[in-house]
Amino acid sequence: MSAALIVLAALGGWEALVRAGLVDELILPAPTQVAEALWTDRDLLAPDLAVTTWEVVLGLAAAIAAGAALGIAMHVSPAAARALRPLVIGSQAVPVPVIAPLVVLVLGFGLAPKVLLVALVCFFPVAINLYDGLRDADADARKLLRSLDASRWQTLRMLELPSALPAAFTGVKVAAAVAVIGAVFAEWSGSDSGLGHALLTANGQLATARAFAATLLLFLLAVALYGAFALLERRVVDWTPRTAPGGP
Amino acid sequence: MPAKGDSGVTVAEVRKAFGPVQALDRVSLEAAPREVVAVVGPSGCGKSTLLELVCGLAEPDGGSVEAAPAALMPQRDGLLPWLSALDNAALALRVGGTGRAAARAAAHEHFAAFGLEGFERARPRELSGGMRQRVAFLRTLLAGRPVLCLDEPFGALDALTRTQMQRWLASALEREPRTVLLVTHDVEEAVLLADRLVLLSPRPGRVIATLDISLSRPRHRTDADVVALRERALEALGADA
Repeated sequence: MSAALIVLAALGGWEALVRAGLVDELILPAPTQVAEALWTDRDLLAPDLAVTTWEVVLGLAAAIAAGAALGIAMHVSPAAARALRPLVIGSQAVPVPVIAPLVVLVLGFGLAPKVLLVALVCFFPVAINLYDGLRDADADARKLLRSLDASRWQTLRMLELPSALPAAFTGVKVAAAVAVIGAVFAEWSGSDSGLGHALLTANGQLATARAFAATLLLFLLAVALYGAFALLERRVVDWTPRTAPGGP
Repeated sequence: MPAKGDSGVTVAEVRKAFGPVQALDRVSLEAAPREVVAVVGPSGCGKSTLLELVCGLAEPDGGSVEAAPAALMPQRDGLLPWLSALDNAALALRVGGTGRAAARAAAHEHFAAFGLEGFERARPRELSGGMRQRVAFLRTLLAGRPVLCLDEPFGALDALTRTQMQRWLASALEREPRTVLLVTHDVEEAVLLADRLVLLSPRPGRVIATLDISLSRPRHRTDADVVALRERALEALGADA
């Protein structure tokens, strides 16, 4: 409710600023102009939205698979944890704009480099949150399973994985929120479609309103992905009590 | 851990330290088959450590532990929050390799006697404290081991529920007799439930005294014999003014 108010107030102020001629509309178009561009250029932007959505969804899927595999491997094998942790952390120090052109150079202009870059941005929060979650399993329950002579695999399946699910979902939601960044940089480095590509061409044509419209779509895509995973989480992790936002 | 032919427990001269902290110092105790032995002592006297040794979760630094296979009921119930009451009760069977349907059926047979009927699908947080303990106890029982190690099973319950649960445990053990090591800091609980009391000192845990309780069952907290034994135990523990 208050978020909507803040957005409305900001939009109103923004609109007034541009209408009053205080800002050049080629630099900052008014919200109504962005909305107009969104509508008039819909046939142009819709395919781009579809392309980027597909890249992000595939990249996220790859990131979740890779992140889960890494998190579990690091948890099960201390040797793997020692070997992989520096690489996993270091991978996040590589700036995406720097590595994106290289990836495109190697993998070409197709879908593959986009998926790879999205996955590169996204696997980290998944892996690290899952890894921490797996280790946080209740000590008493761990003792109990050990007293029952549970195997490593049984402990993982019956105790550690379920108890790590909330943390894993946190990782996936963070990944969903930042996934579009990977896709946009990948498209900038070589692409003829997608919202990142639309941003570039719109900038080139001084169609600032359309560039803003493309950005708005990226924003909405991230919010929608996050919301989808939050919804899924509430379905799957149905045993933890939840406090309503702003509640006690 | 060496298994014993019968279903008893023999702990002899056991020492256990965690770093510089001596938890147990030359502790000996014996539980004959189907005997309920209560280990009583102040917090931090190594009672839980003793159970871990008997369950084979840790090795003693010195002395010996001979015990038939033992099932542990951890201090907090250790129920898995994502499993239903039925699946929590069936957990030991599942770990032992029983199929889901068979394990559920076996657990469900006890639900009525445990006062859990109608709560098969309830998650642990939907259960009362007493019900949670009953599910945890059923899980321990279904592990099918001759020895039960109960670590302060009623420590987290309110006084009223605890009294009910003590009575309930006494009757449950009458139906399903097992060798029981009951760790508690509640002297009265120990006197009500056990055949023998082993009193431990504050850290490092040493055996102060062993009291045999040959009172008939059921016992009540107001019985003169129960009161007298409770006072004796408290005196031995140095808690009586």
